[in-house]
Amino acid sequence: MTRDHSRFNFVQRLFHWIMAVCILAMLFIGVGMVSTVMPKYVPLLATHKTLGIAILALALIRLAVRLRYGAPPLPEDLPAPMRLGAHLSHYALYGLMIAMPLVGWAMMSAGGYPVVLYGGIHLPPLLAQSDALHALLWNAHFYLAFAFFALVLLHIAAALFHGLIRRDGVIESMAPLPVHDEPAAPK
Amino acid sequence: MTDPSGLPPKRALASFALIGAVMAAGAGAFAYTAGWLSPDRLTPGKIVAALAPPSGPALGHRRNHAKGICFTGLFESNGNGAELSRAQAFAPGQYPVLGRFNLGTPDPNAPDATVRVRGLGLQITTPGGQVWRSATIDLPFFPVATPEAFYALLSASHDKNPQAMKDFGAAHPEFAAFGAWAGSAPWTASYAEERYNSLNSFVFKSKSGLDQVVRWSFVPQARVVPVTKDELAKLGPDHLEQDIVARVGQAPQRWTLEVTLANPGDPTSDPSKAWPPGRRTVAVGTLVVQHIEAERDGPCRDINFDPTILPDGITVSDDPFPAARSSAYAKSYDLRTSEAKYYPHEMNTATGARP
Repeated sequence: MTRDHSRFNFVQRLFHWIMAVCILAMLFIGVGMVSTVMPKYVPLLATHKTLGIAILALALIRLAVRLRYGAPPLPEDLPAPMRLGAHLSHYALYGLMIAMPLVGWAMMSAGGYPVVLYGGIHLPPLLAQSDALHALLWNAHFYLAFAFFALVLLHIAAALFHGLIRRDGVIESMAPLPVHDEPAAPK
Repeated sequence: MTDPSGLPPKRALASFALIGAVMAAGAGAFAYTAGWLSPDRLTPGKIVAALAPPSGPALGHRRNHAKGICFTGLFESNGNGAELSRAQAFAPGQYPVLGRFNLGTPDPNAPDATVRVRGLGLQITTPGGQVWRSATIDLPFFPVATPEAFYALLSASHDKNPQAMKDFGAAHPEFAAFGAWAGSAPWTASYAEERYNSLNSFVFKSKSGLDQVVRWSFVPQARVVPVTKDELAKLGPDHLEQDIVARVGQAPQRWTLEVTLANPGDPTSDPSKAWPPGRRTVAVGTLVVQHIEAERDGPCRDINFDPTILPDGITVSDDPFPAARSSAYAKSYDLRTSEAKYYPHEMNTATGARP
């Protein structure tokens, strides 16, 4: 059986959709928890830390899978600016998936906070305590989170643009299940 | 290959509209979650802002309990707490502590006799990196029953209209007890003579999986000598820091950690209600304060004594305050670490007593 090069492979699609749920949940938990004083703050914070480390681990594995298996080529007729945007946004998404948990972990370390996940897992500090670094990393975590969410929205918009307007097979390449009976046949 | 221009204009328009709707829904949900669409939501930022005096917050300092002094020492666990909680701190032994005596004021330069509430921030570290932080105060009960009422109290106390506090008192009858305490309870002239109470309840989890709701207190072993407010004022604006430096310089100062067990039906979610007398208490160990250090560049300054930083074996209870305190303390910490340049790092500034 030959591999279908018009689609991401099963493992890549699985990672994509699991991480899509995790990252969206993460962004909403983050922005929600810092705006509440309700009792849910405590479990939200614990979930945020645990999910963040899970995303970091998944992102690193996913990056290795991507480097090994690559991605289906973009449609040949995709205009150059869109092609550039696609490449840059994917670099940015991978960068943020890896950087955000590390920045959060480092921020907690610089603040002298113990980093404890669900299940009582203690992570070692990434940095020595430092008020200046805490402030810097806090700002980075805060602003990068909004950039991340904007990028996720852009990613969804681009996917819908490919699927609804260009109908060029790009959205099918990452669809969890085959959209049509046959892979996008050469036309 | 489909060509975008091949899509009928109506369908293209509908598709663009759908994409726009998805973006708007996503952004809207995010904005709602962030509280931007809910101006009435009580946020940690609101609580922290409400703590500031009319002249504005003291930049670089804690937003409340801003005046304080660091200490280090030991927690000597006698093992009696191990039946109640599997936390390592209750296994017999000695564990390092880092803490901070403080005054409940947003002003780091407040004269001691102007501040009724005194506090103890504490961190106990046990092998394996388990950390237990707490922030306890000398009130026997909290002035109000809920975080929302606390915010209302702060707002009313800063309101120029004198009717605001009267209205607050009428809406929150539990506040009268605080007024009575503040007006009648004796003062002391030493941090070492204060009893520091958790006020909030927490859950101790035993090795066998039993849960017990508790509150705890650090009960001073020093002899308590009541003084009047005027007597304290005559001792000077920074007497408490000078006193604790002198006492600890002579001998370590000690507090017994006393855990009080709730009976079924006790008000575990309301720190404005003391539990009835006669509850079982267990003395689980001794806090030994061995060294005092100035807060300025001392080991406690950049520690957030967040009461939800708990070791395995202790969790929050149905008391809503620890979560609210945690979120507000984090906000205060985020602000003050970003304002470090305003903190008086130099030794010869006007702030505070020199130990």
